Amino acid sequence: MPEPIVSATGLRKRFGRLEVLKGVSLGAEPGDVISILGASGSGKSTLLRCLNLLEVPDEGEIRVAGESIALRQGRHGREPADRRQVERLRQRVAMVFQSFNLWSHMTVIENVIEAPVHVQRRPRAECLAEAEALLAKVGIADKRNHYPAHLSGGQQQRAAIARALAMRPDVMLFDEPTSALDPELVGEVLRVMRQLAEEGRTMLVVTHEMGFARDVSSRVLFLEDGRIEAEGTPAAMFGNPASERFRRFVQGRG
Amino acid sequence: MTYLELMGFGPTGWGPAMLRAAGMTVVVAVLGFLAGAVFGSLAAWAKLSRVRPLRWLADGYTTLLRGVPDLLVIYLFYFGGSAALSAVARMLGGQGFVGVPALLTGALALGAISGAYQAEVYRGAFLALARGELEAARAVGMPPALMFRRIVAPQVLRYAIPGLGNVWQLVLKESALISVTGLVELLRQSQIGSGSTREPFPFYLTAAALYLAITTVSTYGFGWLETRSMRGVRRA
Repeated sequence: MPEPIVSATGLRKRFGRLEVLKGVSLGAEPGDVISILGASGSGKSTLLRCLNLLEVPDEGEIRVAGESIALRQGRHGREPADRRQVERLRQRVAMVFQSFNLWSHMTVIENVIEAPVHVQRRPRAECLAEAEALLAKVGIADKRNHYPAHLSGGQQQRAAIARALAMRPDVMLFDEPTSALDPELVGEVLRVMRQLAEEGRTMLVVTHEMGFARDVSSRVLFLEDGRIEAEGTPAAMFGNPASERFRRFVQGRG
Repeated sequence: MTYLELMGFGPTGWGPAMLRAAGMTVVVAVLGFLAGAVFGSLAAWAKLSRVRPLRWLADGYTTLLRGVPDLLVIYLFYFGGSAALSAVARMLGGQGFVGVPALLTGALALGAISGAYQAEVYRGAFLALARGELEAARAVGMPPALMFRRIVAPQVLRYAIPGLGNVWQLVLKESALISVTGLVELLRQSQIGSGSTREPFPFYLTAAALYLAITTVSTYGFGWLETRSMRGVRRA
């Protein structure tokens, strides 16, 4: 069995009195496309955000590319023991956010080359050429010099995907990438994500898009109340769900 | 003497002196504003810090400097600084009163005052930053210093420009108070001129016109900066 690119073991996370993750483990092997489903508040976004340490789990281990992320007990709870390690590993685990989070003072192309040039210190000319290709790939080459505020939501999200790809990551995390979009713009983003999956990229996708989970992902994970309630291949999960709760969840969404 | 002869550039005209003094006003105001930018950003950073004593310190600074009359602050800086200098001189065997250089005092006093106002401007601008953009910066592995330089500072400045324009206007007018330390800026020069010619009105009128000219130019300057820096912002 190949070594997972990113894995989590026994994650627990609480916010104040509310325990959001109650012991969750998962691993993504190269080429896996894992859809993480669950109702609001089931902990799926928190789980994803733990994987690149945007949230620090109270308990449990996270491994990226064979390296365990060192955590220690700080004054404000658990914190990374080595900031540089986290910064290094975050470059291999790119994230796409629900609200795009493009840097508003930079044009699209500047957004895309920012991390490669300034964080990874790669030659600017090379980054620019790669960024142009990525923008063409997500279909917004003509928007390269626009500021994010002048793009539609779908275009902004595709720019954000290009920004994530520009770091040449090993894994891509998508945190409800289409939830903030008008319905008619969802398709263009899902098409790009489907294309990435077909290229064999490793992806973890928190989503409410049942079609994407069923047709594109290699594995489906259903979270409920901070625990993994069910998981399996899409065929097994959607064809003949062993979990009554998952069956109800899917039916509730038509 | 007509007004034009009095304020002209002829042998008996006060024009060159008034223009030089206006230059000094701009210099002391710019220095004070820049010093204020340093004090202000430090104070804003301290106010946003998680360390409680730092927050207290910064709150104390802004409360004090905004709550005490500016003229009094200038006196404190001037006489406090001079007392310290005189004490040092006495230790080295000198005697009497040693004044601190007026330009230095003026710039520092204006810096301390405007820093207290600028701190609030920077703090407000930082709070206007979209949290998600900072998160995106962390998510690509940016170290804190790089994130400050590439993401935070440019946006804070952008949101701060209108407020800073306001503070600049205040600094420029407060620079007139520095005249009490003997620095020959625009107001002091007008006092000197009106004293020696016994024609106060033309001098103060000219000073008013020169102040207005400086503020008008800077209003346009800040307007231009604001338009330029708001390129990426959608207007409602």
